[in-house]
Amino acid sequence: MNVFASISRLYHQFASPPYFYRISGLWLPYIMGLCALLFAYGLYSGLILAPTDYEQGEAYRIIFVHVPAAWMSMFVYMVMAVTGMIALVWRLKLAEIVMINCAPIGASFTFLALATGSIWGKPMWNTWWVWDARLTSELLLLFLYFGVIALYNAIEDRRTAARAVAILAIVGVVNIPIIHYSVEWWNTLHQGPTVTKFDKPSIHLSMLIPLLVMAIAFKLFFIGSLFMRVRTELLKREKNSKWATALLGAK
Amino acid sequence: MFTVWTQLFKRDLLIAFRRRSEIIHPLIFFIMVVSLFPLAIGDDKVLLQKIAPAVIWVTALLATMLSLDNLFRSDFEDGSLEQMTLLQAPLSFLITAKITAHWIISGLPLILITPLLAVLLYMPTENISTLVLTLLLGTPTLSLIGAVGIALTVALRQGGVILSLLVLPLYIPVLIFATLALQNVEQGFSAEAQLAMMLALLVLAMTLSPFAIAAALKVSLN
Repeated sequence: MNVFASISRLYHQFASPPYFYRISGLWLPYIMGLCALLFAYGLYSGLILAPTDYEQGEAYRIIFVHVPAAWMSMFVYMVMAVTGMIALVWRLKLAEIVMINCAPIGASFTFLALATGSIWGKPMWNTWWVWDARLTSELLLLFLYFGVIALYNAIEDRRTAARAVAILAIVGVVNIPIIHYSVEWWNTLHQGPTVTKFDKPSIHLSMLIPLLVMAIAFKLFFIGSLFMRVRTELLKREKNSKWATALLGAK
Repeated sequence: MFTVWTQLFKRDLLIAFRRRSEIIHPLIFFIMVVSLFPLAIGDDKVLLQKIAPAVIWVTALLATMLSLDNLFRSDFEDGSLEQMTLLQAPLSFLITAKITAHWIISGLPLILITPLLAVLLYMPTENISTLVLTLLLGTPTLSLIGAVGIALTVALRQGGVILSLLVLPLYIPVLIFATLALQNVEQGFSAEAQLAMMLALLVLAMTLSPFAIAAALKVSLN
């Protein structure tokens, strides 16, 4: 057997709803447990152990939530587009479900990044909102997520809706870099560097480690909550199939 | 393949000229909304002059989006869109005929009326040519991007609001470059860089969006 065949077999196995349901059920406690541990460690070392920033005081500590949320907001959109591509090409039901369940989670991360950013902005820049390039492109990302959710809810048939959303997600991914750079250009010509001028200081290790731990915790949280959503959706859709009735009957 | 294209193009133009309201309504919308701004702000020459490019561009963007609603609607309802998918020529190629025709009947009139509206908003006459140029480069891009949105929502009963949710974030680069070009001209700089970017966006939209539109139409036809 060659490697390709075994990879393709694994891939098809994962795409089968009962198999995915079983495996994700096995993994879920570990993922969420590890996520809780990392959150506990990351928050403790970020909020208590890490030294106070000499420029920004204690207020900088919000980065331990803000930065991972912002990273995740973009990462989830990428996951959505990639699974959308898979759903379009191979018509896998599981890929469709994963794609569509990414949208609310991604929108929440985006909202969290925006909210924590504006809470941070109040003591730092003395204003809740600035039309800064990064803030604006994050806001537009939130709008893109809203569009995806709205389109999915508007189409009656779930499978048609998923295919429409997949096209939209792919169009969105092509546009995100264009939007990002146009916003950046717009901002730099509009106003002087009042906001972005505090150059990225090479972050100290005592702050970097909690940040990375938090980033991993966020990623695990995303995977865990995605699994939970996908499992519920699978049961709902497959409620008449043999494996689902067997599973529900057994409980 | 090309004869089908021209036939489709001529057919769409003919239909539009038989139903002139399709051409006129977005135009009236455009004129009315632009003239609401002086009414809301007051006859403040300096302020109006300053916001004129933004007002004209945002309104043109909305008018383009509203007019897109009838791009595929009637063909979808009477089944001719389904016939088009059965033709030998690829759908992604054929729809460019429809979009071109649609731009000529809904985009071009907007551009022709713009100099008049620019004068109403006290825009300096020497900047009007740049304004028209940005619209010439920008509105086809808007039509192409918007067509993706309309292709996704054509089967829906209440597509209008969702269309704006889908399409408006994607319109932002065009809006930014157009208004930046006009600001540059106002300050006495050259707008070449922004115009080149708008042309690049147009070329990109022309090459990529037909495939997305065709795929979306096939999903909607299902």
